[in-house]
Amino acid sequence: MSWNRQHLITLEELSLAEIEQIHNTAAVFKGVLTRKGPKVPALVGKTVVNLFLEPSTRTRTGFDMAAKRLSADVISFDAASSSTTKGETLRDTAENIQALNVDMIVIRHAAAGAAHYLSKILRIPVVNAGDGAHEHPTQGLLDTFTMKEHFGDMRGRKVVILGDILFSRVARSNIHALTKMGAAVTLVGPSTLVPQHFTAMDVTVSYDLKSALADAEVVMLLRIQHERQNSSLFPSLGEYTGMFGLNKTRASWLNPKAIIMHPGPINRGVEIDSDLTDGPHSVILEQVTNGLAVRMAVLYLCSGGQPEKLNALIA
Amino acid sequence: MSSLWIQNARVIDPASKRDAVGDLFVVNGKLVSALSEADQKRAKIIDARGLVACPGLVDVHVHFREPGQTHKETIATGSRAAAAGGFTTIVCMPNTTPPADNAGTIQSIKDAVARDSVVKVFPTGCITSQLKGEALAPIGSLKRAGVVAITDDGNCVQANELMRRAAEYAKMFNLPIMDHCQDHSMTHGAAMNEGVVSTRLGLRGWPNAAEDVIVSRNVILATYTGAHIHMQHISSRNAVEILRRAKSRGVPVSAEATPHHIALTEDALVGYDTNLKMNPPLRTEADRRELIEGLRDGTLDCIATDHAPHTNYEKDKEFDVAPNGILGLETALAITLDVLVRQNGFALSHVIDLMTRRPAKIVNLPSGTLAEGAAADICLFDPEEKWVYDAIAGHSKSSNSPWHRQTLTGRVKTTIVDGRVVFENGKIV
Repeated sequence: MSWNRQHLITLEELSLAEIEQIHNTAAVFKGVLTRKGPKVPALVGKTVVNLFLEPSTRTRTGFDMAAKRLSADVISFDAASSSTTKGETLRDTAENIQALNVDMIVIRHAAAGAAHYLSKILRIPVVNAGDGAHEHPTQGLLDTFTMKEHFGDMRGRKVVILGDILFSRVARSNIHALTKMGAAVTLVGPSTLVPQHFTAMDVTVSYDLKSALADAEVVMLLRIQHERQNSSLFPSLGEYTGMFGLNKTRASWLNPKAIIMHPGPINRGVEIDSDLTDGPHSVILEQVTNGLAVRMAVLYLCSGGQPEKLNALIA
Repeated sequence: MSSLWIQNARVIDPASKRDAVGDLFVVNGKLVSALSEADQKRAKIIDARGLVACPGLVDVHVHFREPGQTHKETIATGSRAAAAGGFTTIVCMPNTTPPADNAGTIQSIKDAVARDSVVKVFPTGCITSQLKGEALAPIGSLKRAGVVAITDDGNCVQANELMRRAAEYAKMFNLPIMDHCQDHSMTHGAAMNEGVVSTRLGLRGWPNAAEDVIVSRNVILATYTGAHIHMQHISSRNAVEILRRAKSRGVPVSAEATPHHIALTEDALVGYDTNLKMNPPLRTEADRRELIEGLRDGTLDCIATDHAPHTNYEKDKEFDVAPNGILGLETALAITLDVLVRQNGFALSHVIDLMTRRPAKIVNLPSGTLAEGAAADICLFDPEEKWVYDAIAGHSKSSNSPWHRQTLTGRVKTTIVDGRVVFENGKIV
């Protein structure tokens, strides 16, 4: 099957076949990463711009490295160094970057819909590295890639996403990918952060941690955002940890083979006990490694790389 | 002596319960029952066969952006958009730069209207100084300067005691208070209706409850003070029900609905089109249906556009940061006819009533009637004509309309103010 998209904006709009194609491509690149010369000449002579208008460490480094592993030239902007702080519009910033004849733009932005907006304006491929609380497609892809490595077929498997779902783009991208892959997704957390509206996305919403975690094969934790602590959404981090933090007792309710995931950054002792973070069920660092392979796959496919040429490329 | 003879129109005047094919006669800007032989000979004749003749439309909620935001709209361009939409009486909002919170600014608006406007424009004044919601504006001076209502439109007065005192005080001058019903503590950062679509799009939600709470507050304050409080652009189904009960008890409240809230829902927002971003936001199908029922049973008194021009470069932004509001004047009649008459079986005369006599009554203006002796403010329209609305070629200075390049049914042919044709065949005369 050939790849026909130049932008990656959401997982909502991808078909299951497209998601699997990215996973398969990522698996090939993952093999490359462990060999001695982990670089492939996929994007030689091409320039990728990382336009990160919201703080990010993991994702930005991941995209930066992925582009370099594909032999692209990489330029990264962040909010502080871009002209948006001088009142320039996003359109003008992006059109100026395009006018430098770059080949691809990766955007992280605090406003939902920002990547979609750029994809309507620009001729070059746009990859969404997170837009507000909307989507974070490469995170959803790397998370589901990691789950598939552990469980193979995800059909019928119970996946629990626990925490601040309302403000989480990670949750939304995972929901779209997992429902397409046939997993049974349950969202859990305080009712103010897990509104019933999510049930329209073919997931189960629960406020009962014990029944939600019972026999789950995957539990994905989301960071509780300190900066929202003073708002009216929940009383305190302490109460959150008391009600919903993952500890040893609660982890024992999971399926014995369950994996514990977290997109980072982690707040040890808040949403998860420190011991569990480093324990045998945790795949948190695997996620980071897989993120590199998945981002290589996305950059490769969206820049026009075709899956059938992959084997020749890595040889 | 100037005279005008409109022949063979379907004359619909809800104020005088007239709905029949016939003629309208105008002498020196006033409607008369017949023309003398001498007037017949020199009258300008308009053959209105196949057209509806109704009172010039009245809109009690419009932003003309003058003074201070004239890159978006001016009284000159806004009034031309009004005329093109069949409107002859406009009430403009005071959230200008500076805000219309003093008699001097009101006078400057009136001077601009006298100089530049092709329709009748009446200013409103602020409830609070600088629209800050902290201290009362000089409401008595504003009344003397000629405002027809007071409102902090866009900045709902949050302090209940201040709103109560404003109501008490304004009642002394028989000035209606118009309120944009929004509890700010519940809508921080909100970009669209709170619900399934906002959840999917990752946008912050503006819950119905934020409107319902303030509508309830205003019902309570109108009950105790006896002041007339008018609720602007109602969007929530529960707010309609709160108003229905209040009206059944005789509380002096009134309310409006916009064409966009009765035509569209939040489902339209899936592409993050900022020309669908407004405050209050588009809501659900259940809300839309209840607004239509509210208009049907009189709970909602009138249609008002909330015509809110913004430039392309202001709207061409990330959804979160784009300003709220859309154009309304040039499409209001076609959209309202489509939703209420064609889709929901309203009588044509009922819809005209909602756009003429009833809004005029809210602000105590004599507009909105074709009765003998009334000012000859007339709209002639073809209810069946299909046309393509081009917002860029339109008369407003801005083009932020969700109906740009869409085919609409029902077209204004001629607009007459005080017996003078101001709009005809697509052009300002």
